[in-house]
Amino acid sequence: MSEIEIKNLTKTFKAKDLNVTALNNINLTIEKGDIFGIIGMSGAGKSTLVRTINFLERPTDGQVFIEGVDLATLSEKELRKKRSKIGMIFQSFNLLEQKSVTDNVCFPLELAGVKKKEARQKAKELLKTVNLEEKAKVYPSQLSGGQKQRVAIARALATEPDILLCDEATSALDPQTTESILQLLKEINEKLGITIVIITHQMSVVTSICNKVAIIDNGDLVEEGAVEEIFESPKSDAAKELILDTKIRYSPLDVLEAERKVRIVFSENSAYEPVIANLILNFNAPVNILKADTRNVGGKAKGEMILGLPEGEDLQEQMISWLKERNLAVTEVKEDV
Amino acid sequence: MFDQKVIEMILVGIKDTLYMTLVSTFFGYVLGLPMGIILNVTRKEGLRPNRIIYGIGDFICNIVRSVPFLILLILLIPFTKFVVGKSYGSTATIVPLVICAAPYIARVVESSLNEVDAGVIEAAKAMGASNLQIIFKVLLVEARVSLLTGATITTGILLGYSAMSGTVGGGGLGDIAVRYGYYRWQADIMIVTVVLLIIIFQLIQNFGTALARFIDHRKH
Repeated sequence: MSEIEIKNLTKTFKAKDLNVTALNNINLTIEKGDIFGIIGMSGAGKSTLVRTINFLERPTDGQVFIEGVDLATLSEKELRKKRSKIGMIFQSFNLLEQKSVTDNVCFPLELAGVKKKEARQKAKELLKTVNLEEKAKVYPSQLSGGQKQRVAIARALATEPDILLCDEATSALDPQTTESILQLLKEINEKLGITIVIITHQMSVVTSICNKVAIIDNGDLVEEGAVEEIFESPKSDAAKELILDTKIRYSPLDVLEAERKVRIVFSENSAYEPVIANLILNFNAPVNILKADTRNVGGKAKGEMILGLPEGEDLQEQMISWLKERNLAVTEVKEDV
Repeated sequence: MFDQKVIEMILVGIKDTLYMTLVSTFFGYVLGLPMGIILNVTRKEGLRPNRIIYGIGDFICNIVRSVPFLILLILLIPFTKFVVGKSYGSTATIVPLVICAAPYIARVVESSLNEVDAGVIEAAKAMGASNLQIIFKVLLVEARVSLLTGATITTGILLGYSAMSGTVGGGGLGDIAVRYGYYRWQADIMIVTVVLLIIIFQLIQNFGTALARFIDHRKH
């Protein structure tokens, strides 16, 4: 049984006489133990999507199953119980400002009617997990953003949930803090086996910890699959945009002028052969390296390069098939990407 | 001039004033706090939006608040007689004071609760909190500083209104000020009562401000 299953989900909002479709017929399956990234530009509908997983937003149409249970069939009380087994963290942390760190972590247990002594013991353990034991007695206003998010994570874990939803959880944090929070999430996923759903607009978040990804564009799910696969050969425009966009600052695309451009991705095993050098020697024609980078995708080093090919369609085709023969992922990159 | 009798009268006046102010604030909150919570919960962005209930509450609040207190005092005489058995004296004054304060308090409470960060409420919902739990464990707790500040302002206003009720035999320092200062031209007694009112007001305000600072954990 899948941990989360979303079937034909549609969500429309009424704005005066106008119906706005935030999500359009989404189908998505998330397996137990996944770190599942849902990525899209702002306004794409990803935040609405994550809120349908715990029914903070009720879908207009379609169903959401958590461990096989259709959320729509639950009573209000049953739904609240189910929600307590789905932790959630937010971009703005949403801690109770008038409660101490310990009391914040105890809060979901208090709601569930757990005895105070027991709750405090649990909070102590959780604060150890997120490395914040020494902050147990302070109030949220005395914490940095990263520390606040750690408290929020400890709080979300208090009820021992099966699922953790992260809504832009690292968007308000600087790169170093983001990295440490992501590592913490990965640790939690590995140690506790919690399924994690991450909503983000940053491809780097997805490539650094997710194993699967869904791309949401304008309310539609446009692409879904293993992170490695989509990173190597993105099919949809939205996916290409998201993957390329993060790198724009290294090489503005308007500089990347060439008649025909291809993007190639190297994985670890293909990095042994000097492919580009051999390509040039083989065809006796120059190629222009427009940009090049490596990054960590799911623990593997991936090299990424955009090549400007020399003129002549025959030669271009030959080069592309030569590259493909070397087991590289090759995609054409259009001017407007 | 300030013989034993006058001093005793002023002491009784202080006691009556405090009695009217504090008791009417208390009962004002007994009525106004739930009203304020209902307004917050039933508003459009509230936990349980309900246009009809919000509309009724909103209407009542506006109507009562738009009647000047002095008129309300007179209008309510039959009702006051029915509740406490007589229409004069400090206990009788509490009735119109409460009626006047409740809608005002409801508004103050509503706006304090409206200030609570929607994200925190959403987080509580995501944890599986019921609406009642959200009201008592999130809204009232997170808004407590603002609620207390509102209560301090309300108490100060009721202190002023209790003095106004002196004109219709309400008792207290206001009553003394009107009787001696206005009817008998004894400015000294009037000045003393006014100074006492100022001191009481300051004490209430300072106490409220200090307490609010003490219970606020946002900027220690």
